[in-house]
Amino acid sequence: MTETTAPAPQVSRRDFLKLAWAFFGGLALLETGGVLFAYLQPRLAEGEFGSTISAGLLDDFPPGSVTHVTNGRFYVVRLPDGGFLAVYHRCTHLGCTVPWDQAAQKFVCPCHSSQFDMQGSVENPPAPRPLDLFPVEIVDGEVKVDTGNVLQRQSFETAQVVYP
Amino acid sequence: MTEQIPEEKPKTMLQRMRERLVPEGIPSDDRGRIRMVVDNLVLHLHPSKVNVQTLKWTYSWGLGGLSAVLMMILGVTGAILLNNYTPSAPQAYLDILGLRSDVWFGELVRNLHHWSANLLVVIAVLHLIRVFVTGAYRPPRETNWLIGVAMLLLVLAANFTGYLLPWDQLAYWAITVGTSIISYIPLIGEGLSRLVLGGPEVGAATLLNFYSLHISFIPLIIFGLMSFHFWRIRKDGGLTVPKKVDETEEPKVERVTTIPNLVRKELIFALGWIALIVIFAMLVPAPLEGIADPNVSPNPAKAPWYFLGLQELLLHFHPLVAGILLPTIAMLGIFLLPFFDINTKSVGVYFRSRRGRSLTLLALGLALILTPAWVLLDEFILNWSAWLPTWPALLSNGLIPLAVAALPIILMDDWAKKHLHADIEERVLFIAVFLFTAFAILTIIGIFFRGPGMILFWPWAMPTVTH
Repeated sequence: MTETTAPAPQVSRRDFLKLAWAFFGGLALLETGGVLFAYLQPRLAEGEFGSTISAGLLDDFPPGSVTHVTNGRFYVVRLPDGGFLAVYHRCTHLGCTVPWDQAAQKFVCPCHSSQFDMQGSVENPPAPRPLDLFPVEIVDGEVKVDTGNVLQRQSFETAQVVYP
Repeated sequence: MTEQIPEEKPKTMLQRMRERLVPEGIPSDDRGRIRMVVDNLVLHLHPSKVNVQTLKWTYSWGLGGLSAVLMMILGVTGAILLNNYTPSAPQAYLDILGLRSDVWFGELVRNLHHWSANLLVVIAVLHLIRVFVTGAYRPPRETNWLIGVAMLLLVLAANFTGYLLPWDQLAYWAITVGTSIISYIPLIGEGLSRLVLGGPEVGAATLLNFYSLHISFIPLIIFGLMSFHFWRIRKDGGLTVPKKVDETEEPKVERVTTIPNLVRKELIFALGWIALIVIFAMLVPAPLEGIADPNVSPNPAKAPWYFLGLQELLLHFHPLVAGILLPTIAMLGIFLLPFFDINTKSVGVYFRSRRGRSLTLLALGLALILTPAWVLLDEFILNWSAWLPTWPALLSNGLIPLAVAALPIILMDDWAKKHLHADIEERVLFIAVFLFTAFAILTIIGIFFRGPGMILFWPWAMPTVTH
């Protein structure tokens, strides 16, 4: 009869239990964290801002005009060539509302004096990128803007412009 | 005949009540006084005896005690403000107006809360400075330093969340600017910002989030940490003992009972400050502007005053550098301080040594000259993004100017080391005083010298705010 010596266990019972406690305890903490995270998620915005908003009729916006649509938090910019942009009025630097300066023909932020041209491109930092856009759709002569969908961009491109 | 032992009269119910409820008065002997400290729930946060030298008024300035007094004022006034406040827009603003017009002493209570909260930021920072310049964070007091710094951050958080609650223009835009910094944190920024705000912009959900943090989580944690902080002082053997600059021997320890030596001082100090704060709150109303309007940013829109140093940095650097990188480095430095600056010889000496005192003055002077000079230079001459138009903004407007601004600090440190033979604790002092003074000056510039469009003005030539 040959004597078989059992190999020394690499994980002792005590270590195994410790590991198991650590593993399941960690798992429970993770789950609690997940529940908390999900619980604290913002509820979907109902009502005005966040839904698709009708800004007005095509003819309300003459070429070369900038119109503030306050309940949608955006400007309807009609470029001189007739194209439309819906520019989010929130400064890309630190979130102030950027007023349109009609005389200077630019957006000038009151908080840190960032400046943007009519298309929203940065003329003067500290803003790190152009003003954000919302998708524009023109349906039966009506300008519709989807404010639930913020489009960030690094520069102005003609593809962003919507023509009637 | 056996002697009659007079039977003890059974105590009446009234006597027993009196025994339990009415304190017997302060004992006249040391032993009794020590027992009283040990047996009393509130007093036992104190040691039963304290070193007489640490009671010296001009050593600790009572800053920690004053912070505790302010916390108490804030707790009481905050609790009763809840009776007249609804955390929803626009009712919140109307409630604040109601405090002024419809509630007896409503404005006084709000003013007390407002001014105590602002004073607390100042006093807590001064407390941190006192502990820093006397080296009182060194072993074995590392834990208490960490708790203190954590409490300072929580005080700022309490202040910031409370700032939104009046729901006026001041509140709305300060919080908008303040929380926008969050979205620059790489990867998680956008999501975190949505979570904090409860949506894409500051709104009804933000008000409720901030309210809940302001009245439950933050005060609860602060209360726990405060108790921990006091208890640690006791465990670490009381305050550090003041020492003269050339004193080499350890100062003699002379211990006296906490009652009356410490408790009397504390009571006088607390009552004096409470009186001052009440008078101030009666005379100076807390600011309140028009109701929050998400469509109109006031010009200028400023963060709360204690964040204006940071906002000033944001004018000069890319937000990732000014809003995230620099604060993270600063906080790391402050947290790690007691683990690399550990020489306990100079604990209790204001500014470490004679050389330390000279370096402190030098750092103050340099910061007073260099900081405004750099602000003016960056405002009018330096224009990195125009000089490096093809570079990404993070480099041209962030890391490169940062490297240029960091250069004099590195040179200063090197000079102090090589030419003055300053040791590590003196160099830490030198650089920290310089950086802190620079930050304080940036804050002052942000508060008093920035006008509409964040353009520099002299305070006396400031145009009136337009809405």
